Amino acid sequence: MAITLIVFLPLLAAIVAGLGNRIIGNVPAKLVTTAALFAACALSWPIFIGFLNGSTTEYVVPVLSWLRSGDLQFDWALRVDTLTAIMLVVVTSVSALVHLYSWGYMDEDPDQPRFFAYLSLFTFAMLMLVTADNLVQMFFGWEGVGLASYLLIGFWFRKPTANAAAIKAFVVNRVGDLGFMMGIFGTFLVFGTVSIPAILEASPAMAGSTIGFLGLRADTMTVLCLLLFIGAMGKSAQLGLHTWLPDAMEGPTPVSALIHAATMVTAGVFMVCRLSPMFETSPVALTVVTIVGAATCFFAATIGTTQWDIKRVIAYSTCSQLGYMFFAAGVGAYGAAMFHLFTHAFFKALLFLGAGSVIHAMHHEQDMRYYGGLRKHIPLTFWAMLAGTLAITGVGVYHLGLGFAGFWSKDAILEAAWASGSQAGNTAFWLGTVSALFTSFYSWRLMFLTFWGKPRWIQSEHIQHSVHKTPEKAGADTTGGYHPHESPLAMLLPLGLLGIGAVIAGQVFHDAFLDQAGFWNGSIAYNAGLMHAMHEVPMLVKYAASIVMVIGLLVAWLFYIRNTALPGKVAGALGPVYRFVLNKWYFDELYNHIFVKPSFALGRFFWKVGDEGTINRFGPDGAAVLVASGSRMAVKLQSGFLYSYALVMLLGLVAALTWLMVR
Amino acid sequence: MNDLGFPVLSLMLAVPMAAAIVCLFVSANTARWLALTATLIDLALGIVLWMNYDIGGAQWQFVEKAALFDRFSWALGIDGIALMLIMLSVFLMPICIGASWEAIQTRVGEYMAAFLLMEVLMIGVFAAQDIFLFYIFFEAGLIPMYLIIGIWGGANRIYASYKFFLYTLLGSVLMLIAMFWMVNEAGTSDIPTLMAYDFPLEAQSWLWLAFFASFAVKMPMWPVHTWLPDAHVQAPTAGSVILAGVLLKMGGYGFIRFSLPMFPDASVDYMWLVFALSMVAVVYTSLIALVQSDMKKLIAYSSVAHMAIVTVGLFAFNRQGLEGALVVMLSHGLVSGALFLCVGVIYDRLHTREIDRYGGLSINMPRYALLFLLFTMASIGLPGTSGFVGEFLSLLGIYEVSSWVAIVSTTGIILGAGYMLYLYRRVAYGVIKSDDVAAMPDLNKREIALLLPIAIVVLWMGVYPESFMAPMRNDVGALEARLAAVKPVGDAQVTPGTAPVLTPAAHAEEGHH
Repeated sequence: MAITLIVFLPLLAAIVAGLGNRIIGNVPAKLVTTAALFAACALSWPIFIGFLNGSTTEYVVPVLSWLRSGDLQFDWALRVDTLTAIMLVVVTSVSALVHLYSWGYMDEDPDQPRFFAYLSLFTFAMLMLVTADNLVQMFFGWEGVGLASYLLIGFWFRKPTANAAAIKAFVVNRVGDLGFMMGIFGTFLVFGTVSIPAILEASPAMAGSTIGFLGLRADTMTVLCLLLFIGAMGKSAQLGLHTWLPDAMEGPTPVSALIHAATMVTAGVFMVCRLSPMFETSPVALTVVTIVGAATCFFAATIGTTQWDIKRVIAYSTCSQLGYMFFAAGVGAYGAAMFHLFTHAFFKALLFLGAGSVIHAMHHEQDMRYYGGLRKHIPLTFWAMLAGTLAITGVGVYHLGLGFAGFWSKDAILEAAWASGSQAGNTAFWLGTVSALFTSFYSWRLMFLTFWGKPRWIQSEHIQHSVHKTPEKAGADTTGGYHPHESPLAMLLPLGLLGIGAVIAGQVFHDAFLDQAGFWNGSIAYNAGLMHAMHEVPMLVKYAASIVMVIGLLVAWLFYIRNTALPGKVAGALGPVYRFVLNKWYFDELYNHIFVKPSFALGRFFWKVGDEGTINRFGPDGAAVLVASGSRMAVKLQSGFLYSYALVMLLGLVAALTWLMVR
Repeated sequence: MNDLGFPVLSLMLAVPMAAAIVCLFVSANTARWLALTATLIDLALGIVLWMNYDIGGAQWQFVEKAALFDRFSWALGIDGIALMLIMLSVFLMPICIGASWEAIQTRVGEYMAAFLLMEVLMIGVFAAQDIFLFYIFFEAGLIPMYLIIGIWGGANRIYASYKFFLYTLLGSVLMLIAMFWMVNEAGTSDIPTLMAYDFPLEAQSWLWLAFFASFAVKMPMWPVHTWLPDAHVQAPTAGSVILAGVLLKMGGYGFIRFSLPMFPDASVDYMWLVFALSMVAVVYTSLIALVQSDMKKLIAYSSVAHMAIVTVGLFAFNRQGLEGALVVMLSHGLVSGALFLCVGVIYDRLHTREIDRYGGLSINMPRYALLFLLFTMASIGLPGTSGFVGEFLSLLGIYEVSSWVAIVSTTGIILGAGYMLYLYRRVAYGVIKSDDVAAMPDLNKREIALLLPIAIVVLWMGVYPESFMAPMRNDVGALEARLAAVKPVGDAQVTPGTAPVLTPAAHAEEGHH
């Protein structure tokens, strides 16, 4: 079966490249992984198209039995339905392009086979996740992508910051996984199975029942959905468990594009959509999903407006866009959530890879303050980034029925939030609209700072290092004599292909994703009423996103092209608010003080005061003192007559036993 | 006698015993080869045992019985649980001999004899069908381990061996008294008979406590765990492997073989004692592991946390909990053994266990870094490794009894990731800080031969645990049936109700497709 090849080719390639590169050499190792991914990609699109034109129906390919423990039974199996097919094309396409891109981007790295092996391993784990037929295999993929993410964030393991970021990503995700695991336990307890189709079928019957949890009695489905959702929050970096994502930018940029933008971080959204019939049985859980999504969307967008590191801006942007997907799911518009996941994969991967191309051109400088005027120097990268920016900001005209990818998906989400009519949906609509304004602002800010204006390159230490000049020596020439070079073809080709996706993905697929229940074919809880109501919202709602998009663009133009002194003045005027946002709402500091430091302090306390000061002191050490004072045996023991002691012990044992036996 | 036509269990005891005696009288190199040969023969016999074990057949197989005197008899026989633990022992033994090949240079003959004697006693514990025979094997196991730590151990070995001895011996005295009472009461020392005997309720309580005193120390459970870090730190590498790999499993085996089936009512009565101690252990020892600067101590503390998952699983009284606990025992035996070997590899090169002396080993020891990563991930319980299967089942089992215990115990997956990744980062990542670290060569063939088999089994158990769980299934079923009458009611019971009619505007217009 094609699906077996799609999933296992990347694993095979990872093993060959990772373990065999000493034998086969570096270039073949890269070739094997890249070829495997392009093959997987080529096999995935026909499956997707099959679902698109209705010629394929869902099927499950069994691989191997996994675990049997009483009623708990689950297997390794590959499930393919519409939802999976969408993820298949997203994952394999972006992964294949990122593999290709890495030929150029990682060209000078000494550890390339290891890098490509990790990328392929990641793809395998992600494919296991999206083809899971039961919750435990989903968890396998879930943790597998977590491992790959850990390895790739820490790929440059000589850097302390990269190591710290890698551990943070894994541990914070584990907090989410605690919820996921508890959710699986609870689901098994309630339904007696971990098979996803069986759970979804039985869910409606459980609505309204109650379950004991931590001494409380609560609605069964709410408890289960919220526990699982905690897992989704961790993986998808939602508010509270988001702190690892910005730090994950320590990884090489192709990794950020593949894992921390297009695929892995969307796993949480995928999970909620996959389990949508389950979430539909708990209005409370859906409200929580909506609120968390909307809050994340807003919160991350505010931070995105203040960051200077080009990758961090895009990272917070990702976090924010994931918020959109969640609140779309929360209001019941799972199709819109998946649609945004789909379009976002293309334009966000494009933005990251474009940023990588800029960083590549700017001698590893990531601070946008030291960019400027790059439009003419790296024009192809510029055009690609422009396509991505037009897509993410949602440029399009409703009445013409024309727009870039993000126009279709983001507008659908905002309309659905409005149309849902619930209070949470309403809140989400307003937060989402304000966030769209911020999105437009930070995206154009990024573009203007990078590609427009005068070059500010000589301020950068990386550039100084490259041209062997200090700003003083360079004088009026703010370029420092540095010449940015356009990236090689291996990097430009993926940019071009993703650029096409960012432009047309919305236009081509919006009908299927949003309006065709038949396309989904039961793989998500498709709410036809809501999808219909979306089209009936007031005209102002339809244009809201476009209006704020233009405002954001104008403000960014005013700040970063028209009057470049203005941002500093505004920041000064806002004072504490600006600092609060600039410091990312102080989440890292807060967590450091309430979790990290106390953990180490408690560990030391338990060790020194608990184990050594109490248990040992009154236990064995105390006994030693007693024994030593009263008996010569201890003296003998201490002086090391081990043999005789052991012999005495053994003889004593046998003697005692014999005596008791024959008494 | 059995299907094989020869007393295979006695033979498995006799081979290392004979080799142990010969080892005392031969040269160092001969002793090494002899020990390796003997342990490999036992491994081969173990495989024969596994191949011929009839899954779904009689509960007790390969039974041998020879009356000695009075009620005391040489009675051996195994069920699936014992089979898997014997497999674990005979699998780790040749690896231990290999790990000591170059590291041990003094009194080699005696050292090998001690290890071979250890093997005899370990197999004996799991194969004994007479309660006194079990006791002798169980307690005598102290002696070779005591010698291994006390003679070939580190600088502070006397203190560590003394502490090890004191703890474990005190517990066992109480157990011995209880055993006498039981044999008197039931009129037999036959373990299978005792497992089905219904002891009076009032007696069960103190009998349970007497056994608990011994098993809790062996496990080890908080707060009687403090002997373990010292013993590990001072023990030579192979000693740590056996200690963590097999000796710690004897406590869990004791609970399964004695406490649960013989005193089911008392087990339920003391369930919360076990839960409380286990929950403390998970959080307390994991946090301690986080701040360790000595590699072996860190892994030792992590063992205490992992063993707490075993005890919660056992006292969940359901199939998933019991099977999970057993898989954790097997998995931890392999993984912690492998982790101690990993420590041994670099200890042999630099002669320090200080974590901060290392760093950047990925650069000059990539093969080592990869295997160490695999075992780190298995210890963290990454799905696809053996660590996940056991942990997942145990925690799932306990959730059925108490969501509180489940959530507290599951925090172990967060803390475990914390301390293990922090360890891995300090050892394998970062830059190489000194010339002597830079000069450390990667794994040699011998070391790969020690670690690779464990790696393969760890993955095998993670991907297809059925091979290991199938032999134990009926025995767990028998235990579950024995416990069925006393099984506690969990806190998570579902009460049916009707769905609230709650329909936001859009949801009402049309139903789902």
